[in-house]
Amino acid sequence: MYPRAFHYHRASSLKEAVAMLSQLGDDAKLLAGGQSLIPLMKLRFANPQHLVDLNFVPGTSYIKEEGGALRFGALTRHAEIENSATAAKIPILHDCAAGIADVQVRNRGTIGGSLAEADPSGDWAVVLMTLSTEVCCLGAKKTRTVPLSDFIKDAYTTALAHDELVSEVVVKAPPKGSGGAYIAFKRSAPVYPTASAAVQLIMDGDVCKDVVIALGCVGLTAIKAKDAEAALRGQRITDKALSAAMEAARAAADPQSDMRGSTDYKRALVGALVKRAIEVAMRRAHGEQVEVGHIYA
Amino acid sequence: MKKNVTIKVNGADRRAAVEPRLLLVHFLREVAGLTGTHVGCETSLCGACTVLLDGRAVKSCTVLAVQADGRKVTTVEGLADGDKLHPIQEGFWEEHGLQCGFCTPGMIMCSHDLLEHHPNPSDSEIRAGINGNLCRCTGYQHIVAAVRNASKKMSKRATARAGAR
Repeated sequence: MYPRAFHYHRASSLKEAVAMLSQLGDDAKLLAGGQSLIPLMKLRFANPQHLVDLNFVPGTSYIKEEGGALRFGALTRHAEIENSATAAKIPILHDCAAGIADVQVRNRGTIGGSLAEADPSGDWAVVLMTLSTEVCCLGAKKTRTVPLSDFIKDAYTTALAHDELVSEVVVKAPPKGSGGAYIAFKRSAPVYPTASAAVQLIMDGDVCKDVVIALGCVGLTAIKAKDAEAALRGQRITDKALSAAMEAARAAADPQSDMRGSTDYKRALVGALVKRAIEVAMRRAHGEQVEVGHIYA
Repeated sequence: MKKNVTIKVNGADRRAAVEPRLLLVHFLREVAGLTGTHVGCETSLCGACTVLLDGRAVKSCTVLAVQADGRKVTTVEGLADGDKLHPIQEGFWEEHGLQCGFCTPGMIMCSHDLLEHHPNPSDSEIRAGINGNLCRCTGYQHIVAAVRNASKKMSKRATARAGAR
């Protein structure tokens, strides 16, 4: 299975890649890890005439702690994040990186590529939406910083102009007393999840001071479950509050029926995942070390 | 337009002018003549085509040959030292870690990545480490036993080497 023929351009810097995009026009696409793009090209769902390869650009893969934030180079591979002690300081980031597909895909796939592709089933957007995340977009004339909530516009659609690329992803460290967790339900490792839930909260004793809940694979983009958050904010997390949050999360989901499950099934599933993620996030907020993995069918 | 690439495959430089759309797996099988790497699903799901790219497991059906230019690739043919099998190959031999054998090269290369980075994995770590590789015969029990066997051999040899110093 071959992709359609294309012209290959190897960028030696991000600036050069941007210049290539401007020059080559709309038929050019960027190649980062290629773990989504190459399969899409083989299936002929994507047929770019030009590919601009970013993999030979030096200095694009890093994890830096700076001014209360973690900065990820756009081509930082999922596996590097999975194995990074720095990234593990925000446990939900480790949950995400370690659970993406399988080791082979994690060795290639990149955080910047995942956000720029904006696949409705991608993992990073769901998780990063629960944190304060900014995406640095490098263009021909300037670099602009876009909050993640403004960056993802729709399924496979972002705020990037044609001649812009993601150069860095900046994640603010959550305040003290925070805990987060990301749990996905998958039919097997290499496939996208059927549904997923990311929860990041701040506890003050047994009261939830603040919380962000995002749902994955149950809409055209990651969905913020605002009513579910409201059910917990300022409350003691009792069974009743948990049930209310689950119910609100189910209502916020807008899933499509497909080979991974029916609409009703996914709604029920995402509610259960939200509950589990809240429970783990709460324990982590109280300082407990909790290992959490995705759930396989 | 073809592009010249040089890929170090199992220690030897392979030079060729390739179409940019040539996948690494086809470069290995058709240009380098190394058919140990198998083509399975072709959609990045089954792991049969797993090779090491600069020491890390990748699915060679989801990497372009031009992306491997100037880099090192190890295939299943590159593991044995002459007639002496690699401990992972011995493990698969001794524990009968295969039935039809189609998934085996990918399983072995993925296990290589696992054991290089986690020398003494538990059974659940082995299962998680090879969860991107599918065995249609469903012979997973023996495959896990094979990787466990290999990990014991490899750590015994590492200890022996350390003791000899």
